[in-house]
Amino acid sequence: MPMTLTQKILAKASDKVEVVPGDIVEARVDLVMGHDVLMPLAFEAFEETGATKLFDVNKVVAVQDHFVPAPDVKSAEQSKRLKEYVKKYSMVNYFELGRGGVCHTIIPEKGFVVPGDVAVGSDSHTTTYGALGAFATGLGSSEIGVSMALGKMWFRVPEAIKVVLNGKPGRYIGGKDVILEILRRIGTDGARYCSLEFVGDGIKYLDIDDRLTICNMAVETGAKNAIFEVDSITNEYLQNRVKKDFDVLKADDTAEYKGEIEIDLSKVVPLIAAPHSPDNVKEVHEIKGVKVDQVYIGSCTNGRIKDLREAAEILKGKKVNENTRLIVVPSSQEVYKQALQEGLIDTFLEAGAAIGPPTCGACCGGHMGLLASGEVCVSTTNRNFIGRMGSKESYVYLTSPYVAAATAVAGKIVLPEEA
Amino acid sequence: MIFKGRTFTFGDNIDTDVIIPTKYLVTNSPDELKAHCMEGIDTEFARDVCGNDIIVAGENFGCGSSREHAVLAISGCGVRLIIAKSFARIFFRNCLNRGIYPLEFKHTDQIDRGNIIFVDTDRGILKNETKNEEYEIPKFDAFITELIELGGIIPYARKQLNIR
Repeated sequence: MPMTLTQKILAKASDKVEVVPGDIVEARVDLVMGHDVLMPLAFEAFEETGATKLFDVNKVVAVQDHFVPAPDVKSAEQSKRLKEYVKKYSMVNYFELGRGGVCHTIIPEKGFVVPGDVAVGSDSHTTTYGALGAFATGLGSSEIGVSMALGKMWFRVPEAIKVVLNGKPGRYIGGKDVILEILRRIGTDGARYCSLEFVGDGIKYLDIDDRLTICNMAVETGAKNAIFEVDSITNEYLQNRVKKDFDVLKADDTAEYKGEIEIDLSKVVPLIAAPHSPDNVKEVHEIKGVKVDQVYIGSCTNGRIKDLREAAEILKGKKVNENTRLIVVPSSQEVYKQALQEGLIDTFLEAGAAIGPPTCGACCGGHMGLLASGEVCVSTTNRNFIGRMGSKESYVYLTSPYVAAATAVAGKIVLPEEA
Repeated sequence: MIFKGRTFTFGDNIDTDVIIPTKYLVTNSPDELKAHCMEGIDTEFARDVCGNDIIVAGENFGCGSSREHAVLAISGCGVRLIIAKSFARIFFRNCLNRGIYPLEFKHTDQIDRGNIIFVDTDRGILKNETKNEEYEIPKFDAFITELIELGGIIPYARKQLNIR
């Protein structure tokens, strides 16, 4: 039976010739990732299994990114616990604050994932790595602990939704607008339990940073995973990053899809998700003029170098509005260094922005930029649920770095060309 | 498995940030987490809920973050059964591993807050005792049934490690 790309990866990882949607398979995992908030509980589960060593020390990665630098003593204790586990199990892939950054930025950046891999993480946005042609999905802490012990995990083979991207995106349109367009069409449960499989002529106009953004937020549609076919852009990105060999798998031409979404990229306009759901998507021009207290540019969704370049392009020679504050958080040390070299950090500082250290920061309401009641934030992050970034009475709008930067200059929501 | 209890009802797309906000993820203790359970949407739930109570919701319950703490917070409240039209996938898996039965049931609109519900998963029935209504409910496939009977993924792994 013909298979989709996701189905092929799961079949291979479970030593099966073929799988069909609904099958439950036990698949080998090539990467198990955890972070300071959810990995200590995973290690507790790991120890409860009776395992005494990690299934493969090279395939497990621990990242301090959520509550670092520690905002309070309880967070400090939690980070300390993670570090103790890292030592106890002789981990070699450990990223301390100042050495890595946000997990979903550094996993691709440092070459931990190759096409065809099965990657799991203690974080729902693990779907990000599908941008590189891998099967990547989030799991709860217990299952991460068990994955670290067994090197395998059960999965229900998902039905697939084919997303056909055609045409060339216009000026100021990037990965964030594409995933918001998908959310606008199918909502927060439109792809529940399914894989989103991206194909089409338009893919060649989306670089890896765009694809990482799309796969990152694919989880907001309820998707189990999201995956891009491997092309020359993928290969070029991987060239100097990965050390292991990989086979490139392809979906069969006659594979069956539960549904199809076709997007003409040339018709996508700047989009923004209004409070309090990522699928409450509006065209930016529809809600122009909303006054904004804080603009946040960063996170695993849009804190990479391309995002900072886009923000700097708008902010160059301009000032942040006197009624608004701007926080910029490069999502890894590497991104930060690159931004420094390119003069982007200078641009942000000149504009009157605060620069945060590479962490998850305020995205999940951790620290370094929480919102007061009644405050409005325009953010390049992934979720605007009630209370996500602070007060239950605050309002978060999700958008691209272009729109976010323009909004910081105007002090109200505007289109990029209006800053 | 048999459940009987009073219901607390919620709508669609109840996300894990409202079930347990990120700022409380500095403890793994269900007892500590329960005090803030559902805080984002219902500030009285944590105070009023008692053991055997049942959560009833619409579509996509538990969407958002992978935090197992959302399930821990609910189990800390004594809840052992969640009935929803549908569940977000990671939350669904987390339920299996933490002693909560995630029952998919399309007619949750027929259940009101405070109704007394009886569920027998072996016989595949749900009774709304308050309204004197009875419904058929779906059964899980063999693998998930086995996982629930074992007590989740950790006992499952322990069994596998012993075999090796």
